[in-house]
Amino acid sequence: MAEAKSNTENYLRMYRQMVRIRTFEDNANQLYLSAKMPGLTHMYSGEEAVAVGICEALTDEDRITSTHRGHGHCVAKGAEFKAMFCELLGKVEGYCRGKGGSMHIADQSHGNLGANAIVGGSMGIATGSALRAKLQGSDDVTVCFFGDGATAQGLMYEVMNMAALWKLPVIYACENNGYSEYTKTEEIAAGSITARAEAFGIEAHQVDGQDVLAVNALAQKLVARARQGEGPFFIELMTYRYHGHHVGDINREYYRSKAEEKDWKDNRDPIIRFRAYLVSEGIVTEDELDMMHAEIERDASEAVTYALDAAYPDASEVDQHVYAA
Amino acid sequence: MREITLSQAVNEAIAEEMRRDPTVFLMGEDVAEAGTPFKVLSGLVEEFGTARVIDTPISEPGFMGMAVGAAMTGARPIVDLMFGDFIFLIMDQLCNQAAKTHYMSGGKLTVPLVLRTNLGATRRSAAQHSQSLQALVAHIPGLKVAMPSSAYEAKGLMKTAIRDNNPVVIFEDKLMYQDKAPVPEEEYLIPFGQAHVKREGRDITLIGTSSMVQVAEKAAKILAAEGISAEVIDPRTIVPLDEATLIESVKKTSRAIVIDEGHQSYGVTAEIASRLNEKAFYHLDAPVLRMGAMDVPVPFSPALEDLTVPTPEQVVANARRLCAGELIHAA
Repeated sequence: MAEAKSNTENYLRMYRQMVRIRTFEDNANQLYLSAKMPGLTHMYSGEEAVAVGICEALTDEDRITSTHRGHGHCVAKGAEFKAMFCELLGKVEGYCRGKGGSMHIADQSHGNLGANAIVGGSMGIATGSALRAKLQGSDDVTVCFFGDGATAQGLMYEVMNMAALWKLPVIYACENNGYSEYTKTEEIAAGSITARAEAFGIEAHQVDGQDVLAVNALAQKLVARARQGEGPFFIELMTYRYHGHHVGDINREYYRSKAEEKDWKDNRDPIIRFRAYLVSEGIVTEDELDMMHAEIERDASEAVTYALDAAYPDASEVDQHVYAA
Repeated sequence: MREITLSQAVNEAIAEEMRRDPTVFLMGEDVAEAGTPFKVLSGLVEEFGTARVIDTPISEPGFMGMAVGAAMTGARPIVDLMFGDFIFLIMDQLCNQAAKTHYMSGGKLTVPLVLRTNLGATRRSAAQHSQSLQALVAHIPGLKVAMPSSAYEAKGLMKTAIRDNNPVVIFEDKLMYQDKAPVPEEEYLIPFGQAHVKREGRDITLIGTSSMVQVAEKAAKILAAEGISAEVIDPRTIVPLDEATLIESVKKTSRAIVIDEGHQSYGVTAEIASRLNEKAFYHLDAPVLRMGAMDVPVPFSPALEDLTVPTPEQVVANARRLCAGELIHAA
């Protein structure tokens, strides 16, 4: 694996954050399958190294925009389980008082400007956040997460053009999980993804999105350079989503084989790979990691119980927050 | 009092607010040296520089979306949309993003931005440069919609819009840019949701928006000569709408015509008429009449285009019939 942060604490934090995302998603999936969660949701499982590798290179002052598949970004940017599960269940103690739900979860306190249920819909927001940073002389960086499917949206080309013209501190992070909803990406995307950014003169990289250290090493470099005014940048992160497009997308062999899913899970899982690395390097023992997993599962379980028992918003909330004071 | 054009009034409002608040900036197509095709923004780039008066590519969804992101993170962008017709291009960023962010985030994020654009036919600009699309955005909760009817309103409403913590869409009538009106030298703001009774009357209420306020006023003058006393009210903002002032007037006059330059069907006139019917029904002596633009794409030929927009003469004819107790079937 590529070298990035060299100290044990940072490695373990990255590992912990990846496990927290996986555990969060496992619990969210169970809530959905047991009909305790209203609506639907999109699982981030399998893509953990992308969100964690990038967000570990950011501060709370740095902003991100997220996607419909956004729980991973939210956790990686610093969110807590309780307020997240409350949001998924439509409870008033959720990050958005239950008004956003899974597809709109935002965490202002950690710079998460929100998930977005319009594919590619946040590209303008991320680029505008970067424009604001430049105009106000602030050195924060904005990362725009989006999927390969969003590269089919025209908005992306409009804002990349402006970001390049005005040298904005934005990093476009394309999570290429190989599928645009229920369709293989190769069927919807002609040519190369990175070439799209390069056409605007934007420096573009492709990285193994299942290797958290490789992602983090690249993100550290690009974030630092973006702070110095060298942005924008584009990263294509090669990754994989373990679940279907959404939690209800169970029978999916018509577009994706079980053998392919098994191969990614068995051989390229970002948590298993990083775990093996940490243990083989003597950074941590299997027992210590098992304890960490158990602790995270306990946290998640407590947060789920808390959220299930938590109050819904009062009916008087329904027309609050339509307009700001 | 000095008189200035609507164009100068908008320019002054923006300049004053940009001096007052360093987070205010302008972006749009040809807003800097060109000062827009209507020259409304001339001179601003000389004072504030290209960092705060930003010429964009012809990428309406792109710069609209960027304004949303800038607004969410501490700036107050004013987006210049060259023609109101281009609203269709930015609908996702305006209606799915800007309008909903405050609500979806449970009140944690705000989007203080102004979208200034225009409305108005009879410029011989045909179907894609002449529409009055205020009803489309007024339909979306989370957006405020201002419709200045003169230079005075244009300045006061713009200043209020820039200070508002929500996305505000301002429709200026592009035929009124050179129209002068008295505008005080000293600073003033016009609060949203406060209608202005432009002329008091007893027999019928004429509610007009933007360009149609002048039409209503002209009609009222003609009616006065015939002994019909018309009250003219300009709501000034259609979201929020000063329902109380409209209802109070209709309770007094017992008749009303609502005039707006958007298409009549499913439009601003329909909404206001419906509210008056619901809330002042027992005070009415006649059904509230809608007068919007014809439900046709705006035609190019002057011979046709002039037929599509309500005129003072049509308002007079309808008012006369309503006051005579005739039943008029709205289109």
